Amino acid sequence: MELTRRDAVAALFAGGGSVIPAVRDVPELVGEPSASGGVEITDDGVGVLTAVARVVYPSEVTGIGEFVDQYVRGLPPARQREIASAARALDKRARGTHGAAMSALSPTECDSVLRSMGVDRTVSSPDGSVPQRVRYHVVNQLLYGLYTSPRGSRLLGVENPIGHPGGYESYQKPPSTTSGSASVNGVGPQSDE
Amino acid sequence: MSESSSESRDRTPVPDPDVCVVGSGVAGALAAYSLSKGGHEVVILEAGPRFDRESRRQRMEAAIRPEVGFEEVWDVGGARDRYASSGDVYYRLNRTRVKGIGGTSLHWLGMATRFHEKDFEMNSRYGLASDWPIGYDDLRPYYARAERELGVAGADDNPFGPPREQEYPMDAFPPSYSDSLFAAACEELGITMHTIPQARNSEPYDDRTQCLGFSTCIPVCPSGAKYSADIHVRKAEAEGARVVDRAPVQRLVHDDEGAHVEAAVYATPDGERHRQTADRFVLACGAVEIPRLLLLSASETYPDGLANTSGAVGRYFMDHPIVRVEGVLDEPTNQNPIGFYTSETHQFYDHEEPTPGSIKLAFENIDPVSGTTRALRGGDRDTREDMFDPLVGDKWGDEALEEMRADTPNRRVGMIANPELLPREGNAVTLDLSRTDGFGNPVPDVSWSLGSHARETMAYAREIQRDIMDELGAEITFESDFDSPRPASHKMGTTRMGTDPAESVVRPTLRTHDVRNLYVASGSVFVTGGATHPTLTIAALALKAADHVDESL
Repeated sequence: MELTRRDAVAALFAGGGSVIPAVRDVPELVGEPSASGGVEITDDGVGVLTAVARVVYPSEVTGIGEFVDQYVRGLPPARQREIASAARALDKRARGTHGAAMSALSPTECDSVLRSMGVDRTVSSPDGSVPQRVRYHVVNQLLYGLYTSPRGSRLLGVENPIGHPGGYESYQKPPSTTSGSASVNGVGPQSDE
Repeated sequence: MSESSSESRDRTPVPDPDVCVVGSGVAGALAAYSLSKGGHEVVILEAGPRFDRESRRQRMEAAIRPEVGFEEVWDVGGARDRYASSGDVYYRLNRTRVKGIGGTSLHWLGMATRFHEKDFEMNSRYGLASDWPIGYDDLRPYYARAERELGVAGADDNPFGPPREQEYPMDAFPPSYSDSLFAAACEELGITMHTIPQARNSEPYDDRTQCLGFSTCIPVCPSGAKYSADIHVRKAEAEGARVVDRAPVQRLVHDDEGAHVEAAVYATPDGERHRQTADRFVLACGAVEIPRLLLLSASETYPDGLANTSGAVGRYFMDHPIVRVEGVLDEPTNQNPIGFYTSETHQFYDHEEPTPGSIKLAFENIDPVSGTTRALRGGDRDTREDMFDPLVGDKWGDEALEEMRADTPNRRVGMIANPELLPREGNAVTLDLSRTDGFGNPVPDVSWSLGSHARETMAYAREIQRDIMDELGAEITFESDFDSPRPASHKMGTTRMGTDPAESVVRPTLRTHDVRNLYVASGSVFVTGGATHPTLTIAALALKAADHVDESL
């Protein structure tokens, strides 16, 4: 399943983004520059996030770099600053334990950095310890972006995730007429649009 | 997510307005708008802040993410909102309310049904509780007005509903796919389903968009398609009303005779206290804070609380105890999320015998497995399923996805019932003198216990739910507990309406028996609670109260 910039814009509808939704305006908004584009988070910061996304996103998801870049840069500046701060702390840890930036590590090594910090087992908190902030601002923010986009949600057979403005039509549809080709048992990835 | 930019607003009193409205939820907003439009000078005092509309999508993210508590979405909690609960069932008050411009309508579901005729005549018909001093016919024109003001989408397809003349302002929401599965089972059982009137735009209305389907109606509608009372606060302001936010009223002060309220004393964020005078006062801060304010305003003339010579202030608190069932089918229910119900039945609402009482049964549009919530919990369904991992799941990537897929999403069905609960004197809002809020006032203690009528009605609702699940071929996977049911957040009673000053707090005109310039617009004036959503009735009563205030000026 390949994510695109359009998917990132769709994810930004689900809270926090600077794109203002209106009825059926998703296609027209694709490609619109966000108010905060590129200002708050650096390319290095996006690189850390992309490295983490390759770990926490399912392996059948592709197009991760572009999706993460578009998604994170579309978040409000204050959010970007908090994400960048947590990403810097994570990168510092990677450099300490593996002698290289997160973006230079393999997914297995990135996974190891996260788990060695306890990010997998800690509670998620926006203003807690470093592992808690990494869980909240990095891991969970990335997962939020993925699973509130229709494409990401289709990994679970749901074409209109909670938080995405598309439920008004989809709730009425029977299983046989959902857009895309539904998988046999109603779960699992579906084909691209 | 507090609104920090609001620190410097002018919160000084308005010099001698005609009306002071306390509270800006549905009742306060409609009363203020109606009176402002009628040419009166109105000031609204609201305990909570004016929320930035642009913050709604961030609040939605907060609602979806598992890290944020439900109450935190609208900044409820803390010293301002301390409370106690001393009944048989713990009443989580802060889950049931929002303080701010728009009040609890900011996180309500949006259902806007009329009470049935029987709800006003419980004593005459069944020998239960008391009759209201007004009937359905008295409220009928106000119901129609309320439906236009809120913008109600509905269809005249409920054969069990009360009579109506006007069409709904908007067409009803179409049924969901899972509704059609229920429909086949209900037809076999002779149960008639119908649409649900709701204050949510099924088409553009009142300069607001149609529903976009974010599916987070509770606790926040980012598009504004769901009605919330900040809409009528803005309309009132456009008519000249002044709004003072973050101004919780501490006391009402009356004249020497106790015949008139002279001022509402309110606090402001700078720690100051102000006196807002007015010719008329309308209390519209809900069935918990209204009795609390009256009790806090005790004086030598009213030692048991202002306007409380009857002793009924705070008594007869009501809410609907939810009866819920969930099951799974062996076929996809295709429940793409939507945040509201689209079908219900009132077939079990009007009844012949006194008990079991009224039941409103809604057919849920249950969300499928929420990928977002579960992924953020490390794949866990909830936070307690792994005893070695009590706080949070530790899976991500493929491992979390496989675990989520292994569940049985997209096959779930559910039903939810609101059974009738009769007013009981012992169910009450009182002051807990052992604890104080951030202003030094005793906190409200909400006591909520179920009587035999409610329990028998709950049991009957469960029986109907099981029959339908059985006919549907569903395997029941969850049934709500009868001993600690969740309340429907329908707070009613506590300053009930009546003609006898010894038994009730307000007259049929919504004016208090004791105090000539004090009116109440709230679910607190309900004499009985029916079995359906109270908000439209609250809205209708607020418009009626405004008319009576207008007549008196």
